[in-house]
Amino acid sequence: MAKDPKLHAPLSRRDFITGLTVTLAAAGAGAAAMTPLLRAREVPSLDAFLQQHYKRLTAEDKKAIFARLEASIEKTYGVKATIGDPPPMDGVEFAYALNIGRCIGCRRCVYACMAENNQSRDPQIQYIRVLQMKKEGRGIDIESSVHDYPQEEAGDPNYYYMPVQCQQCKNPPCVKVCPVKATWQEPDGIVVIDYNWCIGCRYCEAACPYHARRFNFAKPGIAAEDINPDMAYLSNRPRYMGVMEKCTFCLQRTRKGRYPACAEVCPTGARKFGNLRDPNSEIRRIIEQERVYVLKEHLGTIPKFYYIFAK
Amino acid sequence: MVQFFFHGFRSIFHGSRAYWIWVASLLALVLLGLNAYARQLAQGLATTGMGDEVSWGLYIANFAFLVGMAAAAVMVVIPAYIFKDREMHKVVIFSELFAVAAMIMCLLFVIVDLGRPDRFWHLIPFIGHFNWPGSMLTWDIIVLHGYLFLNLYVCAYVLYTTFHGRTPRPSLYVPVVFLAIAWAPTIHMITAFLFQGLGGRPFWNTGLIAPRFLASAFAAGPAFMILVFTILKRMRAISFESTLIDKVRVIVTVSLLINIFLAGSELFAEFYANSADAVHISHLFGLHGESLLAPWIWTSLGLNVVAALVLLSPVRSNPTALIASCIMIVVGIWIEKGLGFIVPGFIPSTLGDFVQYVPTLNEIVICIGIWALGLLMYTIFLKGAIPIVNLQDSH
Repeated sequence: MAKDPKLHAPLSRRDFITGLTVTLAAAGAGAAAMTPLLRAREVPSLDAFLQQHYKRLTAEDKKAIFARLEASIEKTYGVKATIGDPPPMDGVEFAYALNIGRCIGCRRCVYACMAENNQSRDPQIQYIRVLQMKKEGRGIDIESSVHDYPQEEAGDPNYYYMPVQCQQCKNPPCVKVCPVKATWQEPDGIVVIDYNWCIGCRYCEAACPYHARRFNFAKPGIAAEDINPDMAYLSNRPRYMGVMEKCTFCLQRTRKGRYPACAEVCPTGARKFGNLRDPNSEIRRIIEQERVYVLKEHLGTIPKFYYIFAK
Repeated sequence: MVQFFFHGFRSIFHGSRAYWIWVASLLALVLLGLNAYARQLAQGLATTGMGDEVSWGLYIANFAFLVGMAAAAVMVVIPAYIFKDREMHKVVIFSELFAVAAMIMCLLFVIVDLGRPDRFWHLIPFIGHFNWPGSMLTWDIIVLHGYLFLNLYVCAYVLYTTFHGRTPRPSLYVPVVFLAIAWAPTIHMITAFLFQGLGGRPFWNTGLIAPRFLASAFAAGPAFMILVFTILKRMRAISFESTLIDKVRVIVTVSLLINIFLAGSELFAEFYANSADAVHISHLFGLHGESLLAPWIWTSLGLNVVAALVLLSPVRSNPTALIASCIMIVVGIWIEKGLGFIVPGFIPSTLGDFVQYVPTLNEIVICIGIWALGLLMYTIFLKGAIPIVNLQDSH
């Protein structure tokens, strides 16, 4: 084949001018189109942009990062917060039991959770969702449940109330699907998220069978007076726009021997929390002696959140 | 090399008034999309209609559809390379170029769906923390990029050598073509696995999803190529014998029938057993409470069935009827993949909540922008490639 002169002809002046005009106009308009970025709600700093995965941080890295985060919290909210990193305790695997026979659906747990864990108030993010189900009829049936019942309907003896939150599965589908390992299971069974590593693809949210994960669709909005200054890196420190978050069994409390906020606030004693590996613990007694069940057992997720029917 | 790119620029800058109106309109839509995306970056995904219940929407729907369109290029490549069909060989490059444009659109649809696109580097193996082989999303990233580069290589090599008046050496690209043929089904299969592997989402958790994805893609993709080939022929840009369209039409017909059969099989299993999990499909079809999706899925089903009837009847040899049924197939399958597959998987939510999904204007503009960019890229590819391909044919 010979070279075709047509293919190698020079560019005509007319075509050049037309093409250049369109290209320049597009480039100019493109720059103009990007102007909404000037009003970005959140811009990551270079340090934050380059920050490595939690598990790859040295003790020194962590110290510097926590200090940077504390400084930024003080700057944003005027609150002196401490960001800790309590390690999982040896020989401890946390589990939860919730007595449906006692829950009155008052939602105190929902709000105590928010106060403790610094969730966004505007838009509101809640980790616990209380399902209301009519006793007569289908009984415990998630499909026909209602979660947005008015507050004054709480405590109706004709209904069961079943709070659902992260089940801290032993076999968590959310962890399996994460493309960047931004979420993982700790040795004490708690599934955590590195808010600085999550890319916000929401695959974990699609994988979770319990509606336990929440996404920050907008920049989290929380008033300075609502901030709980006792924070941990893997749990209740302030979140970013565009990342996932979830219940961490209040690890900033429970790893120091305290109860989760939801268990502590419950007025009926429906919520029990403890160490699954301690044969003498209350949680072990409940699981061994009461009528317990777990949600969606057939999925093989092995929740460590047990529901009980008891007085 | 410089000459090659100079030829590209010259071809792109040389066109009729209609061409410039087409390019300028696409550019305008791209810019509108860019503006909408800048707004989304600034204010977060709250600018979309998605929420914690329906957490994937139009972006992922378009992504799933376009992966299929890209994979479907193989249905023109197979006859050309495996069955050595000479007519197919004339147009095969246009199909491969579309695969490239479609793959780029796919990747853009994933990027606009990310909450933190600035952390994209976390996905890079070794530098980031690539969860392979655990996460199906990492598999998808590998196969999508692989397919993109395989097609890009074949197109670039064939065009470059032809441009310089040489015959492409088969040993340097035919093995890659065969690899791409084997690769094509995997991109759509793995995209299906992404959904069907989720035990907590019964609507997706069925082994029929991957075969359905392939069948629907092999109907919609070639249907789209029929439209492209016909338009290019009418513009007198390329020439081929009309038997070529007949061959592609057979592929479309068979794939469409298989797709309808697979969907029907799934509908039967769901509705006859009527288990608790059938609530997703009942809701989708508007049989369980109010459903915004119902009009869409009925439209999609109607378009697919009518198109199948047209393609099975003698009317099919009428060009207008064929074009109409191709449009019906592309639109019908686009609905089936998005509003008929992605969204109903989330309704009801895993806790039985029926939250409807309505995309926002901003979200729709971003989608239109990506489509416009894809079509613009495809236009530019064609503009550069057609003179080279025609040169090859004239020898």
